[in-house]
Amino acid sequence: MAAMTMIEAIQNAHDNAMQRDERVVVYGEDVGFFGGVFRCTAGLQDKYGASRCFDAPINESGIVGTAIGMAAYGLRPCIEIQFSDYVYPAYDQIVSEAARLRHRSGGDFTCPLVIRMPVGGGIFGGQTHSQSPEAVFTQVCGIKTVMPSNPHDAKGLLIAAIEDPDPVIFMEPKRLYNGPFDGHHEKPVVPWRDHELGDVPEDYYTTALGTAAIRRPGNDLTILSYGTMVYVAEAATAETGIDAEIIDLRSLLPLDLDTIVASVTKTGRCVIVHEATRTSGFGAELCTLVQEECFYSLEAPVARVTGWDTPYPHAQEWDYFPSPERLGRKMREVMEA
Amino acid sequence: MSDYPPLSFRVPAPEIRPGDTPDFSGVTIPPAGAVRRPAVDSDPESIRDLAFTIIRVMSRDGDAVGEWVPELDEQSLLTGLRHMMRLRAFDARMLMAQRQGKTSFYMQHLGEEAISCAFQTALEPGDMNFPTYRQAGLLIAQDYPMFLMMCQIYSNEKDPNHGRQLPIMYSSKAHGFFSISGNLATQYPQAVGWAMASAISRDTKIAAGWVGDGSTAESDFHAAMVFASTYKAPVVLNIVNNQWAISTFQGIAKGDAGTFAARGHGFGIPALRVDGNDYLAVYAVARWAAERARLNLGPTLIEYVTYRAGGHSTSDDPSAYRPKEEGDAWPLGDPIVRFKNYLIKQGHWSEERHAQTEAEIADEVLSAQKEAEQVGTLSSGNTPSARDMFEDVFEEMPPHLVKQRQEAGY
Ligand SMILES: Cc1ncc(C[n+]2csc(CCOP(=O)(O)OP(=O)(O)O)c2C)c(N)n1
Ligand SMILES: [Mg+2]
Repeated sequence: MAAMTMIEAIQNAHDNAMQRDERVVVYGEDVGFFGGVFRCTAGLQDKYGASRCFDAPINESGIVGTAIGMAAYGLRPCIEIQFSDYVYPAYDQIVSEAARLRHRSGGDFTCPLVIRMPVGGGIFGGQTHSQSPEAVFTQVCGIKTVMPSNPHDAKGLLIAAIEDPDPVIFMEPKRLYNGPFDGHHEKPVVPWRDHELGDVPEDYYTTALGTAAIRRPGNDLTILSYGTMVYVAEAATAETGIDAEIIDLRSLLPLDLDTIVASVTKTGRCVIVHEATRTSGFGAELCTLVQEECFYSLEAPVARVTGWDTPYPHAQEWDYFPSPERLGRKMREVMEA
Repeated sequence: MSDYPPLSFRVPAPEIRPGDTPDFSGVTIPPAGAVRRPAVDSDPESIRDLAFTIIRVMSRDGDAVGEWVPELDEQSLLTGLRHMMRLRAFDARMLMAQRQGKTSFYMQHLGEEAISCAFQTALEPGDMNFPTYRQAGLLIAQDYPMFLMMCQIYSNEKDPNHGRQLPIMYSSKAHGFFSISGNLATQYPQAVGWAMASAISRDTKIAAGWVGDGSTAESDFHAAMVFASTYKAPVVLNIVNNQWAISTFQGIAKGDAGTFAARGHGFGIPALRVDGNDYLAVYAVARWAAERARLNLGPTLIEYVTYRAGGHSTSDDPSAYRPKEEGDAWPLGDPIVRFKNYLIKQGHWSEERHAQTEAEIADEVLSAQKEAEQVGTLSSGNTPSARDMFEDVFEEMPPHLVKQRQEAGY
């Protein structure tokens, strides 16, 4: 085991995967020589050569399109989109091509591809460095969508995504790169080395896609969260004193419905929290599933705490970012309902 | 079994990396005045060579030579110098303000001041630029208030963008400065569309698109070219080749192809390549291209050859991917120093006046900064109310947003 930041864990996952499987190739903007603007691919070009880790032209559609071709050929591309806010030029390649290749060719061609991208806010990145577009991917059939919340899971999930036979969108909450963040921006940054999930095995391991983790067992209310919101949920739980069960979904599609249903059936109350905009967000899907699966166990309406339906602001960041206070208020409401 | 040997994969790489001695001897630089100036209505086929050379006006001896020497009176020349000096001083203060934690982010123009400052001077009121984040000279050259630029950078209450956008993402319709998007190259086709609209409306306005060397790789760059070419839109398509796209050298966007300017040829768009650190040359080619657009002759592609002397942004440390000395070795020099030396040689300027002007500008920038900081900074507070972020999503706020705004407590 070694203390790793999320960046180091992701770098290490690449390293392990490239070591084990020479079909794994890694590229993206500034990914090769420099090792990525967040350094998630640092040292890989040196170690594995420029044929396996290289800089790409600034063309997201081209990055994904060529990766689909490589995947269909039989390689295992793991590519980086510099910020999820810049993935949209590649959307057609992802939705119309990567997601459907297996289906439309009857399995003749497949697309084992990982598309990594930093997501989320909390860094004063304004509207072009802060978005959480998970729902524009979970709505597409044929791709998987994953979002780890800590170094340990980031490594295990990334290796699992690389091993997966189908395309996976791998979202990295950038505000968690260097430490857990609970929304209390005025407090000093806590480094990963002080967190148990910053302790990462150096060897190859996988964390199965489609398995949620219970971060805090509890009896009174279930919080469905992922990414940075896991820590906001922990803070809100501590601050309200409500005995909440905090579920970190980790994988949005496939989704670990069993864990969700077992928890909500037990607590009878559910609050969903995500950074992304509310309308048609992934919370809407979760809310529907809970309603469909747990209706007769519910003691209160399922509630959502989300980013607002506005572009992600710069100066007003902390009014936009779902805070522990906002989540705590909603939790109390749900407890009193 | 194939009779052919195995293929190999090629990835372009710069010859020079940190630790190496910078060497630009491979960059062919024609002497000032060496390149001809064709008529603006020349057949694009007949001027293909202009995409492979570098149009230069100011010689090393401080003279303006050749067919591209623009007609600018002494006052305009001195104003041009002043614009570049103001932009540089502005950058220096704002870079420091970011380092002091007064705002989140900054991007400077160091070494590229001539391009946006001179280009703007070739436009008319009503023309529209679609700039990237590295063309603030378009505003400075119109005497757009520095105070407002700073309020934008500080995201304070007087920020014309209401604190919504990242610092330096200015917007001013009145100054022909389209709202900057952080997404690269998206605005290149928009510039073409704006120009098409002007033609559809039988107007006389022209548009200018802006993109960096790295961003020419985006599909939107090519989309813009095909529309501009098909409809002969009255647009000037600018490529600022500052050699770097964050850590990525220009060869990743360009491959082994001749030049960025030459990309115009496939579309039948006349293309010029110009010394981007030569104020007079930039102005001259901008005039040439603007004239073509105004005469309804269609688009022009211009590649400005320059060097990004600073970091990509305040989040970047270039010493990790290029030698520190590379900027000093850059053979096209510094745009301000070159223009200053030219003006001195011509008897329009002196070291004393330069120093005095520098001091005046420093005062101007400092007092604008004080004024802006009195309004507020990102860190000191007095930023726009969160109520504001719900405005302008739509012209009329739909009920769900009204509800969310109330939920947010505003
Ligand atoms: C669509 C998109 N992809 C990626 C980025 C991230 N990014 C911001 S600036 C930049 C480099 C741009 O280089 P260049 O076009 O040469 O312009 P320069 O910064 O040198 O002026 C990159 C990759 C972005 N802003 N938008
Ligand atoms: Mg560049």
